[in-house]
Amino acid sequence: MEPFTTFTAVAAPLMRDNVDTDAIIPSREIRQVSKSGLADGLFAGWRYLSIGERDPDPAFILNNPALKNARILVAGENFGCGSSREHAVWALAEYGFQTIIAPSFNPIFRKNCLANGVLPVVLASSIVEPIARGLAAAPGSLLTVNLEEQKLQDEVGGCWTFEIDSEEKRALLSGLDPIDLTLTLSDTIAAFRDRDERERSWAYSPLSR
Amino acid sequence: MERTIFDKIWDGHTIGPPAGEADLVLIDRILLHERTGGVALKSLLARDIPVRDPDHVFAVMDHIVDTFPGRTSETLMPTGKDFIVATREGARAAGIRLFDLDSPDQGIVHVMSPELGIVLPGTTLICPDSHTCSQGALGALAWGIGSTEAEHALATSTLRVQRPKRMRLTISGGLALGVTAKDLALALLGRFGVGGAAGHIVEYAGSAVEALDIEQRLTLCNMGTEFAAFSAIIAPDATTVDYVKGRRYAPVGDDWDRAVNDWLALRSDAEAIFDTELTFDASDVAPMVTWGTTPQQVVAIDGAVPAADEVGKAMVEGYQRALHYMGLEPRTAMESLKIDAAFIGSCTNSRISDLRRAAAILDGRKVAPGVKAICVPGSSNVKRQAEEEGLHRVFQRAGFEWRESGCSMCFFAGGESFGPQERVVSSTNRNFESRQGPGTRTHLASPETVAASAIAGHIADPRKLEI
Repeated sequence: MEPFTTFTAVAAPLMRDNVDTDAIIPSREIRQVSKSGLADGLFAGWRYLSIGERDPDPAFILNNPALKNARILVAGENFGCGSSREHAVWALAEYGFQTIIAPSFNPIFRKNCLANGVLPVVLASSIVEPIARGLAAAPGSLLTVNLEEQKLQDEVGGCWTFEIDSEEKRALLSGLDPIDLTLTLSDTIAAFRDRDERERSWAYSPLSR
Repeated sequence: MERTIFDKIWDGHTIGPPAGEADLVLIDRILLHERTGGVALKSLLARDIPVRDPDHVFAVMDHIVDTFPGRTSETLMPTGKDFIVATREGARAAGIRLFDLDSPDQGIVHVMSPELGIVLPGTTLICPDSHTCSQGALGALAWGIGSTEAEHALATSTLRVQRPKRMRLTISGGLALGVTAKDLALALLGRFGVGGAAGHIVEYAGSAVEALDIEQRLTLCNMGTEFAAFSAIIAPDATTVDYVKGRRYAPVGDDWDRAVNDWLALRSDAEAIFDTELTFDASDVAPMVTWGTTPQQVVAIDGAVPAADEVGKAMVEGYQRALHYMGLEPRTAMESLKIDAAFIGSCTNSRISDLRRAAAILDGRKVAPGVKAICVPGSSNVKRQAEEEGLHRVFQRAGFEWRESGCSMCFFAGGESFGPQERVVSSTNRNFESRQGPGTRTHLASPETVAASAIAGHIADPRKLEI
């Protein structure tokens, strides 16, 4: 995973509540046993005029030429609800999104973002909505995301701070792989498991039959 | 210190001091399916990282496999076979148990796992599938994750997880005749919204929950993910113990006695503190049916599509879009909506009791002309049991297709689907845009309501039919 660094980029407002992962990446667009090749299918049901075709629907926000290089998505409540498919995040990341700002996220989707170096920023809807209105009024406007200082800034002096778990922040900034980190604790895990197997043998014995 | 059932399981599985705000949690059981599991196995293999405890991992084919009789690894979904083969090869290379297409125990992961006793009360169980919360019905801490977290669990038998907040939803009263756990789950979503349990593990408690059998509890917990919950759980009781006893992967002998002892001690202590407490009276719940494109857009079956001024704050956004997608006008009576198709299946409602109740309604009746009706048993075991009882004949005589088990048309993966603008009444869990096919209009309901609607040719109240 690439370390997360401060960046300034075009932000796209997609102010719908309860955007589900079927909408982010329709199941029919997941054709390979792979984490890549998904950007084209991102929001396919909304982005294109007809199923299976690739004619852009001009009414869909991401098809606005001013938002062509958007790297930040500003969204509504409960973003990423529904299926746990990590393909939703793989598609968003491959398309170019590095940060998603919303009043709330589905918990699985949020974890999937973190696992792929995408920063989920939670801010109150009283903050997100005016930001989104500003972006809609001036398509192509930039936002700056500074994870180190947990700050979000716009071009006209707006600045907001956000909360994030300290370990999640460290992981994003370092880009270190969590599996490698946990594997360094292998002995601790083994010792815990041995003791657990003695105390809770019923959870183990049926599996070795 | 008085603790909730969640605290007891969590504390018992937490390894060492926390790092940051996350705990390192031991995982007892890992389930995989071909849609999201194959890619996790493949990715680990590419990194040359072994599966730490293969005995604790189970894989099954359910999501992409066809459900036509005589199916093979070839699928209607154009590249479906790749997912099946990748999972098969990954499972073999890792040395994990696989319930393949030809296994008598194949089935939807959340149907097959309780059936075989893979999920046990008091265990931690994960699966890269959002409906893993279903299995909290057994008193396990079971939750859905993504593929990368599945890789972490496979490699380390642990996950790094932030402790969720604790919610108790106490459901008093009892469900009326003809009203099911599905109707209850939909009514809760209607009342509290699809963000209602965000950040929480929800414990369902109260007289209405205790009265449910395990299959109904599985249905109730299944829709915990639609509630934005970390997961859902119901304390194990005598009903749970009776259900688990004798299943293939249940403990035996002294271990069984020790297990039952441990399980019955899990219930939340009388003075345990919850971060959030909600209450709900089950007595007034009617059969429910969704009208929109999120499960909270739901009304009682004798109700109507809401008018704009009746829509609560939680539903204002998306109201017009949902109406347009569903092809509906405000104030239309739900029972006046003609349907094109009826679907009984999915991890929500495809167990033997679901099929028995639907068959009781279909017995001696015919599906309305022009309605495509499909029943997909939740597992190969459910299918065999149903056939032993002759239920398949009831479905077939009524005009239902009788399929092999799998997730089937609960979601559209590029293979089989319902057509654009077709109106489907479905015992599944998601009415999202294009979930069951491009442009397909899904109305979620209980298996009884699906059966009654299939006969009537429009959305219909199962309580009005004599059984």
